[in-house]
Amino acid sequence: MTAPAPFPGGGGADDQQQPPPPRRSRTGYLLLLPGTLWLLLFFIVPLVTLVSTSLYDPAGTLETGYQLTFAFGNYVDAIDDYATEFTRSLLYGGLATLFALLLGYPLAYAIAFRAGRWKYVMLLLVIAPFFTSFLIRTLSWKMLLADQGVIVEVLRFLHILGDDGRLLATAPAVVLGLTYNFLPFMVLPLYASLDKIDVRLIEAAGDLYASPPQAFRRVTLPLSMPGVVAGTLLTFIPAAGDYINVELLGTPQQTMIGNRIQSLFGAGSYPAAAALSVTLMLLILAMVMLYIRRAGTDELL
Amino acid sequence: MDARRSAGPMPSHIEAMVRASVSRRSVLRGASLSALSVAGAGLFAACGTPSATQSADTCSSEDLSATEKALNFSNWPAYIDQKRVQRGGEKVTILPTLQKFQDRTGITVTYTTDVNDNSEFFEKVRNQLGACEPVDRDLFVLTDWMAARMIDLGWLQQLDHANLPNVEQSLSASLRSPDWDPDRDYSVPWQSGLTGIAYNADLTGEVRSFEELLSRGDLKGQVTLLTEMRDTMLFMLLATGADPADFTDDEWGVALERLQQAVDDGQIRAFNGNNYLQDLVNGNVAACEAWSGDVIITQYSNPNIKFVVPEEGLALWSDNMLVPNKATHKTNAEQLMNFYYDPEMAATLAAWVNYICPVEGAREAMEEIDPSLVDNPLIFPDEEMLSKAYDFMALDETTARQYEDDFAQVTGG
Repeated sequence: MTAPAPFPGGGGADDQQQPPPPRRSRTGYLLLLPGTLWLLLFFIVPLVTLVSTSLYDPAGTLETGYQLTFAFGNYVDAIDDYATEFTRSLLYGGLATLFALLLGYPLAYAIAFRAGRWKYVMLLLVIAPFFTSFLIRTLSWKMLLADQGVIVEVLRFLHILGDDGRLLATAPAVVLGLTYNFLPFMVLPLYASLDKIDVRLIEAAGDLYASPPQAFRRVTLPLSMPGVVAGTLLTFIPAAGDYINVELLGTPQQTMIGNRIQSLFGAGSYPAAAALSVTLMLLILAMVMLYIRRAGTDELL
Repeated sequence: MDARRSAGPMPSHIEAMVRASVSRRSVLRGASLSALSVAGAGLFAACGTPSATQSADTCSSEDLSATEKALNFSNWPAYIDQKRVQRGGEKVTILPTLQKFQDRTGITVTYTTDVNDNSEFFEKVRNQLGACEPVDRDLFVLTDWMAARMIDLGWLQQLDHANLPNVEQSLSASLRSPDWDPDRDYSVPWQSGLTGIAYNADLTGEVRSFEELLSRGDLKGQVTLLTEMRDTMLFMLLATGADPADFTDDEWGVALERLQQAVDDGQIRAFNGNNYLQDLVNGNVAACEAWSGDVIITQYSNPNIKFVVPEEGLALWSDNMLVPNKATHKTNAEQLMNFYYDPEMAATLAAWVNYICPVEGAREAMEEIDPSLVDNPLIFPDEEMLSKAYDFMALDETTARQYEDDFAQVTGG
């Protein structure tokens, strides 16, 4: 034992005693068990089923049954046939993430540093929309943007929209819906990391003659990067796979990949639908890995 | 002699004990395995799935109607007569005809409105029915083509005509022998309806045909069509000069091309399911493809919504009551079918749902219930009108899926 004896008068035989070996407790594993079983049942099993469905013989029907023929052609077909929808999903998801970041960062910044005693009220207001369902919120956008609604009338009056112009059933409406619906997923992680920043660091930057923009760029922004990365991921991933916003606010011209997957399942083309789902998952996974590597925020994972 | 006797059947009480212990053991085993069975079913699928086709031989059902006075009935929302009544200081909704059925027969009906869409409902029951397992419903209501698909897959129980005297007597002549169930062995129509055009008279003049819907400049971006492939493509086929009851792949291609063109032009704003009338009432859409009963109901509060039978022709469909395999109350279900073919009940139902009544004699009964509906051709169409109705060609599973795929490509919905 090289550590100094904690108590005066200690020594002798006591020093020779070995510290007790770390207890090999099963508690840790037992605590893991419910979560592991849950994941096994509701994540691993469906994933295996999905991947194998994507390799079924595409000519199968319910009557003949589906044979697992390792039809990797399903993937080629999926990417071939639905490249437009993939691009569109990534584009809409990307735009929505960008807008959510532009809106969310100042908001989170204000809540963290400027809100004072209103902080928790403002946080509550960010979360409040979650008290109603996703569908209801999107449906209310449908009313707000209605062709005979106030917003459209005003925009027409200002000649921002043409006389027969509309907002509903256009690509901007879809991106707007996505931005709105996933904004809290951006604001909350941003707030969490901004709130952790020690204000004295920013003050120190000022003391060292950094202008406010410089202090923001060199101190605040880098320190809030984990929030930015988490926020963009939490926004982008569901936004790219969403189909409700297109369904309610868009037209067939805005169809995203989620809608295709849904309609293919409905039409009974299980292998094609599964191949599309897996491709979407892999695509997003690859983008996320790449992004995290570039952003270099290890603490996030 | 003794030896033979001992080798004979066990005394009945011992046999009962043995059977009981076996069944208890198997129940215990079943309980411990059931947790794994969910996972197992999922992993099984990893090696492909067997044919989902069943038949009376592979999947037999037991009828417990004699001892269990119960019936689980799944239907579409707002598809049965309702009434708000004061009961114990509270306003509750009751279903008058269904209540009468329960009073008359002593059968307790659990009525659920969980059919929102034919395909969606199909997905809900597909795994169980394909594996000959119960779906906890004794009776559900699906549209012709989906009923046909289930008959082809052998998922339905054959009905006993002896239990259906009212149906035998009063089923409308035009509905007695559809191609897909010529003797009505598996299906009994609940309601029929027309697919046509609805328009908002505040926003546009009369829309008389599908051709106008697809090409009129003033309707650009203000038209919605229905997501049900057969509904929409029937009119696309008619509009391109094909016969929906008998068409070739080429004609299908032409009709689909026409639809694609309308979508690309921005003429079609969206493809809608059950919620299609909202946009029309709110004025986001000037005209849409619509189902007759919905429009009649909407007209009570919005008289400016009009329904038109398109010049191209009449599309008549029925929603059918079906009894799935493994349903344990078939006779009870048949009693309900029979009950609703009593002209008085049929008229009460039709006066509320405003769809076409499949029951002969209901028109006379309607005189007393609501005389204003007696001459409504959308509830009681005349024979001449019905003779102009088109059916959609019966499709085999592979073709149906190909067409659904093609259609989904265009609609994206």
